[in-house]
Amino acid sequence: MRKVWIRGGKSVLFLLFLFILWEALVRITETPMWLLPAPSDVIKEAVIGFDTFSVHILSTVYLAILGLVIGCSVGLLIAIILYRLPKVNELLYPLLILSQNIPTIVLAPLLIIWFGFGMMPKLMIISLVCFFPIVVASMDGFRQTAPELKHYMQMVGASRNQIFWKLEFPHSLPSIFSGLKIAATYSVMGAVISEWLGAKKGVGVYMTLAQSSFRIDRVFVAIFFVMLLSIVLFGMIRAIEKVVVKGRNEGA
Amino acid sequence: MLLNIKELNKTFGDLHVLKDINLSVGKNEFVAILGPSGSGKSTLFQLIGGNQTPNQGEILLNGESINGKTGFISYMPQQSSLFPWRTVLENVVLAAELNGKPDYEEAKLWLEKVGLAEFANSYPIELSGGMKQRVSFIRALLSKQNLLCLDEPFSALDEFTRLKMQKWLLSVWEENRKSILFITHSIEEALFLADRIYILSKRPAQVKAEIKVPFSRPRDESLLETNEFFLLKQQIFQFIREELSE
Repeated sequence: MRKVWIRGGKSVLFLLFLFILWEALVRITETPMWLLPAPSDVIKEAVIGFDTFSVHILSTVYLAILGLVIGCSVGLLIAIILYRLPKVNELLYPLLILSQNIPTIVLAPLLIIWFGFGMMPKLMIISLVCFFPIVVASMDGFRQTAPELKHYMQMVGASRNQIFWKLEFPHSLPSIFSGLKIAATYSVMGAVISEWLGAKKGVGVYMTLAQSSFRIDRVFVAIFFVMLLSIVLFGMIRAIEKVVVKGRNEGA
Repeated sequence: MLLNIKELNKTFGDLHVLKDINLSVGKNEFVAILGPSGSGKSTLFQLIGGNQTPNQGEILLNGESINGKTGFISYMPQQSSLFPWRTVLENVVLAAELNGKPDYEEAKLWLEKVGLAEFANSYPIELSGGMKQRVSFIRALLSKQNLLCLDEPFSALDEFTRLKMQKWLLSVWEENRKSILFITHSIEEALFLADRIYILSKRPAQVKAEIKVPFSRPRDESLLETNEFFLLKQQIFQFIREELSE
């Protein structure tokens, strides 16, 4: 635990150093605020403008978490189906990969045309960016089950169902959690992108408004918030992982 | 006879692995199978376990054919194969769990008997190699099947731990005499533990000899230094040397 603090402390210090460097450079070169604000300006704006910003926070957090949950559930379900039914896998896996090649930025307006400006198209976008890492990580986890454990289960006459639920699924939990961590960071990005394209509230909306009025300090407030939210989600999943994954070597 | 194997043949493609194997295991009997590496001992277990079907011959358990049928044996593999996310207690009941609700009280009782009670809630990662094999053996004991198949269970352990584990196995077995079929490549181990020994030839494996071990039970390690033990060991070594020279 102490090691984690020391390591975390180091990266925080380095980050602090980068901020100071940024602050100094902006001041020395006298860069105008509408081009690049200094960190101090961003913090000032975050504090002063918190009232206008806070309305947007909640809707983005809600959207990102809900989308993450839906995307991950769907992803896990798809992974289980594909793994247990190899025929379906042959049919669908290439399609899944193709689905990831559709640029979100193109797909999002289409979804809004089809499903309106409500929650539905936004959740679809977030789910779409979230489910893929889960599918890939889970499938890899299922496949990489320790062969000697599988051999044991076969020798004592476990059914395919028992092998999956008692061995392959719990064995792949660390992989599934790696997928979850990637998905968590994607979900925030997905939420912001979906808000750009049509919403009344949200960090994405705040960002586009700030950008079009050259309030670069506000854009940075939004960027920092998105980063913070990603880290918090990541940390939450890491905490759940610590509780759920037992008896293994500490992973990163 | 609990287990009866008749004229068993198994080939993989062109490779003839088992040839006309005949062997049997009686009730409460400890039978060892001794053979060189790669002689198809593990294939034999695959067949008994029902994960492979023989090309010819029959495997009878209590007079009924179990060719290609799984779930009739309990099994202890070479590596302990404990599930890392299960505690010792949860691991021990795993095999029983596959056929219904496990009896946790019985499991706790056994862990206590073999001195592992304090580790009941530990994870396998915290155990030594010898302790893992003990847990693995208790897991096999706790499943309801009458035939216990042990596949070189101590071959991955160091010499000191191995002798300790052999004595431990005998002491537990005295209390719960399930029929045991024990694969090994150590002559001493086979002699020290078993009532009867089948010696397998190299590929294609045939039963080269069947040896009755005359030593009384309970046995302890002083047996290892007796003359009779030594003579029998030499006799078995003769068979094995023939395999080497051919």
